[in-house]
Amino acid sequence: MKKRIQIITGHYGSGKTEFAVNLALQYADAGVKTALADLDIVNPYFRSTERRSLLEAHGVRVITTSFSGYVDLPAITPEVLTLFDDPSYHGIIDMGGDPEGAHVLGRFEKQLAREDCDVLCVLNANRPETKTVEKAVLYLRGIEQASGLKVTGLVNNTHLCRETGVEDILKGAALARAVSEETGIEVAYHAVERKFAEQVRYQLGEGELLPIDIYMCKPWEFGL
Amino acid sequence: MEKELWKGNEAIAEAAIRAGCKYFFGYPITPQTEVPEYLSLHLPEIGGCFLQAESEVAAINMVYGAGGCGVRVMTSSSSPGISLKQEGITYLCGSEVPCVIINVMRGGPGLGTIQPAQGDYYQATRGGGNGDYRTPVLAPANVQEAADFVRMAFDIADIYRNPVMVLADGMIGQMMEAVEWHDIEKRELPAKPWATTGTQGKREHNVINSLYIQPEPCAEHNEKLEKKYKLIEEKETRYEEIDAEGCEVLFTAYGTTSRVCRAAMKLLADEGIKAGLFRPITVWPFPYAQLKKAAAQNSVKAVVVAELSLGQMIDDVKIALEGSKPISFIGKAGGLVPTPREVADAAKKAIGR
Repeated sequence: MKKRIQIITGHYGSGKTEFAVNLALQYADAGVKTALADLDIVNPYFRSTERRSLLEAHGVRVITTSFSGYVDLPAITPEVLTLFDDPSYHGIIDMGGDPEGAHVLGRFEKQLAREDCDVLCVLNANRPETKTVEKAVLYLRGIEQASGLKVTGLVNNTHLCRETGVEDILKGAALARAVSEETGIEVAYHAVERKFAEQVRYQLGEGELLPIDIYMCKPWEFGL
Repeated sequence: MEKELWKGNEAIAEAAIRAGCKYFFGYPITPQTEVPEYLSLHLPEIGGCFLQAESEVAAINMVYGAGGCGVRVMTSSSSPGISLKQEGITYLCGSEVPCVIINVMRGGPGLGTIQPAQGDYYQATRGGGNGDYRTPVLAPANVQEAADFVRMAFDIADIYRNPVMVLADGMIGQMMEAVEWHDIEKRELPAKPWATTGTQGKREHNVINSLYIQPEPCAEHNEKLEKKYKLIEEKETRYEEIDAEGCEVLFTAYGTTSRVCRAAMKLLADEGIKAGLFRPITVWPFPYAQLKKAAAQNSVKAVVVAELSLGQMIDDVKIALEGSKPISFIGKAGGLVPTPREVADAAKKAIGR
């Protein structure tokens, strides 16, 4: 059972934003009143806010750091409190990468203490810093320490951008299972590019298959 | 070989370690901060030294000191920070101290923006410091090249006793792409008898200095440097041509803009227009003769220069073509990236379609 508020964390470059954008669109398309908060204070580029018009066209409310992320020192707007104060929303929080990015959650300690949230840790087995169980668990624990929250679910989002193959997804599923065994944290999702979804559907093990489309394109990839 | 997913800045940092660089001096600035961040974590693991200096000026002078000791050393920054390093770079060139300098360009002038740009072309290729000096400049167009060029840059620096710059832009630094850590070409590297490693009482002191107060020795020093720069022009000029043979439109672009041009080439192909790309890999030395040759084909009606600036590399294109073909320009400065459609439309306009 997914919680009303889903916080998405992980190592930077693991694909948190792509996952968050897809998750928000799928909730909204299913008729759920959805808000996506871009709380990434780490990355200056490839932010969920850049997909604001698409998200809003699907009915997703987009809450962002001040100045739309185009400053060196993004500030968190009080609008984020909407997620906690208005329970009619399904809230998705796109965190910045690494323990540094997870620090932001400290600001919402009081709200989070009252709320039962999903804290999802995105794993990408092709990222050199999280490719082994040992390294992935180290990052996960670091994020827990910085945010003061316990990770409740793992997300296998293993890809290689345009060079992704089925073997990457299955390698990621195996890593997620192994991290799950090591930590006791369930595998919540496998985010899989739509064209591969049917090929891997029965090989992933526990966790919901979330077919995703690629929205966080590089500037020259749009419309191609 | 296994491919991994790397962020451009991270790959630059890891490449330095793989090139045997154990010393990094720098100062954080978006969009290159992952370079120092990565090295701050990983250099201590190999017994190296990561030092966050009090400023970019201090960092480049620490590079000067470490390079003078003969070790492989790197600094990185983004545009405004690279401006601050210019004095150090001319001293390094004058003293013939090898090092690698990374510039992950952002929009300017001044503090500008943290979004990607290519507005430091003049500074990188002409030099923002004083005097007659040159630095070889390698411009990666993807994360794999960023990883490869940093390793190549260390070799070029050591071979010619000269600083080498890797000129990326914010997009190359921030984006994720697949990288495989294949071997790069193995080059013969000279010993460093000039380095200040201690005399052990067995030789004269080595002196690292750019001060030649008497004009005759200073002129002689300049002649010697000029010979070296000529040799670099002859041996180190690099470029790539993609579908340039028989093309009607020849795009000329480097780094991120070359990627946009490649996407524009596909759009143009759908409309029956054959477009090709000439991509300088070294922007100094610039591949003048090679570009002139590619543009000289009868099929080429126009050369279209694309930049994340309002026109800097276009000067080198003009030098290369010597008026032999019409040149037009598409570019944006200040952090915006032209779309493939905009670039394709500029190409169509250039050939009257």
